[in-house]
Amino acid sequence: MTKRSLIVGPFNRVEGDLEIRLEIADGHVAAAYANAPLFRGFEMMMLGKDPMDALTITPRICGICSISQSAAAARALGQIAGQGQTSQGALASAILHGVENMCDHLTHFNLFFCADFARPAYHGRSWHDRAQARFTAMEGSAIRACVEARAEILHIVGLLGGKWPHTLAIQPGGVTRAPSARDRIRMASTLSAFRRYLETTLFGAPVEAFAELSSAQALRDWSRGDAGLFMEIAADLDLSAMGPGPGRYLSFGAYPLADSRAFAPGIWQGGASAPVNSAAIREDLSHAWMHGAAAHPAQGATHPDEDMKAPAYSWCKAPRLNGQSYETGALARQIIDGHPAALDLAQQGASVFARVAGRLLEVARTQILLESWVAALKPEERFIQEIQLPKTGSGEGLVEAARGALGHWISLREGKISAYQIIAPTTWNFSPRDESGCPGPVEAALVGAPVGAGEDTPLTVQHIVRSFDPCMVCTVH
Amino acid sequence: MNILWLQSAGCGGCTMSLLCTQTPNLFDLLGDAGLEFLWHPSLSEQTGAEVRQLLAGIEQGEIALDILCVEGSILTGPRGSGKFQILSGTGRAMLDWVQSLAPLAKHVVAVGSCAAFGGVTSAGGNPAGAIGLQYDGAHPGGALEAAFRSASGLPVINVAGCPTHPDWVTETLLLLAAEELALSALDALARPLFYAENLVHHACPKNEFYEYKASAEQHGQLGCMMEHLGCVGTQAVGDCNIRGWNGGSSCTRAGYACINCTAPEFEEPQHPFSQTPKFAGIPIGLPSDMPKAWFMALASLSKAATPKRLSENAVADRIEITPSIRNPKS
Repeated sequence: MTKRSLIVGPFNRVEGDLEIRLEIADGHVAAAYANAPLFRGFEMMMLGKDPMDALTITPRICGICSISQSAAAARALGQIAGQGQTSQGALASAILHGVENMCDHLTHFNLFFCADFARPAYHGRSWHDRAQARFTAMEGSAIRACVEARAEILHIVGLLGGKWPHTLAIQPGGVTRAPSARDRIRMASTLSAFRRYLETTLFGAPVEAFAELSSAQALRDWSRGDAGLFMEIAADLDLSAMGPGPGRYLSFGAYPLADSRAFAPGIWQGGASAPVNSAAIREDLSHAWMHGAAAHPAQGATHPDEDMKAPAYSWCKAPRLNGQSYETGALARQIIDGHPAALDLAQQGASVFARVAGRLLEVARTQILLESWVAALKPEERFIQEIQLPKTGSGEGLVEAARGALGHWISLREGKISAYQIIAPTTWNFSPRDESGCPGPVEAALVGAPVGAGEDTPLTVQHIVRSFDPCMVCTVH
Repeated sequence: MNILWLQSAGCGGCTMSLLCTQTPNLFDLLGDAGLEFLWHPSLSEQTGAEVRQLLAGIEQGEIALDILCVEGSILTGPRGSGKFQILSGTGRAMLDWVQSLAPLAKHVVAVGSCAAFGGVTSAGGNPAGAIGLQYDGAHPGGALEAAFRSASGLPVINVAGCPTHPDWVTETLLLLAAEELALSALDALARPLFYAENLVHHACPKNEFYEYKASAEQHGQLGCMMEHLGCVGTQAVGDCNIRGWNGGSSCTRAGYACINCTAPEFEEPQHPFSQTPKFAGIPIGLPSDMPKAWFMALASLSKAATPKRLSENAVADRIEITPSIRNPKS
């Protein structure tokens, strides 16, 4: 048996800092360790601050999930106040958040993920010339089309939220700007233009045709647009057999509107779904450079171990639900919402292919949702209400970022923040091992990945890691 | 010119903002000006060993570096080691990398307020010891000494903002490529004057409310946000309301306060961000270059003269009273 170790880093085209350590035996990954090598300490910064300052500071945890952080903070504060957003305020928040998630998915697909298929290592594959033309980093025609479409749809965030990232528009009681009838038709026009981009470039067909695909095979058979090119590449490289998941999926449910969430909350395992019990979450610190014991985030604290002592190997804590690791993200969201093609993917088991396909399904569905939300705006109604925060209290804000389940847990004492804990999607997906030695989802997904004898930065490892669309700045925060 | 872009301890939002560059898109704009990325952590193909080789090549002088862009603050903790951020795959702190690479670059650009001054990463007791490239908050001297000058003779150029406007970054890079950014084009904090010579207040749509001190009392209302909602647009540098963000908007256009994110130490305003600190009912933070007595006198006069249109619209969430129309001439 031949053994060697590899450290993969700097790991780029992920958001933030990531280092992967691999133990390789006989040409396959035998064990993987995900290290988030950046610690900033946002949870510590929040202590003693005015509660509403969370809305300014926590979005700045992450420049790609900024609105998600803002929505989670606003929701936690609203829960403490016992008051939430007006129904129109919730709709405007969903539009802001939906546009961010849409942009994140597109940035991931084109700039972060597919760029690897243009690599010289794939020279000679039947699709390589087309992949190079479309996806070559910073040059490919799909990359350019993506950044232009993305910049255009972000005009909606400009109009409603002032700027992206780091808007302060989302408040516990609603949004700071009431859109007019003129604003509504401008947003509808921007969405029409964006639909044209999706239909001519990404899907090569009406978004409904893609959103309504009802099986994994129908996804695989999709041949149009860049989505079709991905399906062709995925079949040739057998991406369905690459990067399995734990088979346990978590979603807090996306876009809380007046009556319900647009994508349902829940957990899913082995064909059965169940409600999320957030009280059963624990953050395990056994392999994180953190002092303290495992705790629910409402009781948790952040005390970094400045000596960075082993066996810990990451600043990331290890969240577990009912003692188990969970995969979260667009695929999980679509499975838990009951999309038939996503459920079919889940039955076959998570993979690089399933994660990317799930994201594409969500792009199509999000376009349709955004159009319906803009059409439902009623400019004459109230978009914000004042809320009164008590001096003491605690609350949780559970939302879905592009990458999955995001939670903020806030406690107030004497009118100031006395505790603040955050669990981000990639904290779940890229968690280190827990006390029982169970690896986090990406660590488990990497086991068995083939590594060529001459490879120092294995391509399969890159595909698997990027299929999760990790956001490392959120992960540790 | 080539660009090496490093993401140190920040949120990555300045790159995300940069991708919002329009007419033309980022890649065409930079390419047309002869600018190319040696490596960018979000945009380049190369990963892992390829990047380590590139960094070694620069460090050993085999590759000449034209522009070093650093996005994010530089962490000094724990205990001065910088180990709160190891550049992955290298075992070396980002602090060490930046100190090694900056002297090799013709120009050094701090992208965003974190890289310039420490920014939000240094908020709340600064748990990770975040500083800027050449400033620690408002104090000269950061990861690089106050006397540091890059090979071009310029200090670190501070494209401050949280996030930065995409044009502030691209136009700085384009001016460098054209060799048209002299020391005289920077303000006292080394921020490019092309955006730092304006105040956020300039072209703010709430200016008429400001003139009459017709103030919003709560979020969602149209009035000026200086008196109650923490807005410091009259003191903050930036052409946000002239240039516009994401299709022509801005913070104040969206109904929330300017928090002076282009300034050092904006992250700790010493009051809640969205509340104006007052003494005896009068806002403490008056416009920085206006005599206070004059301001008070003018404010009380203008308050007394406020038209009903402004006093009512100021506390409404949409225009309730439209401008009156002159009677036709007979």
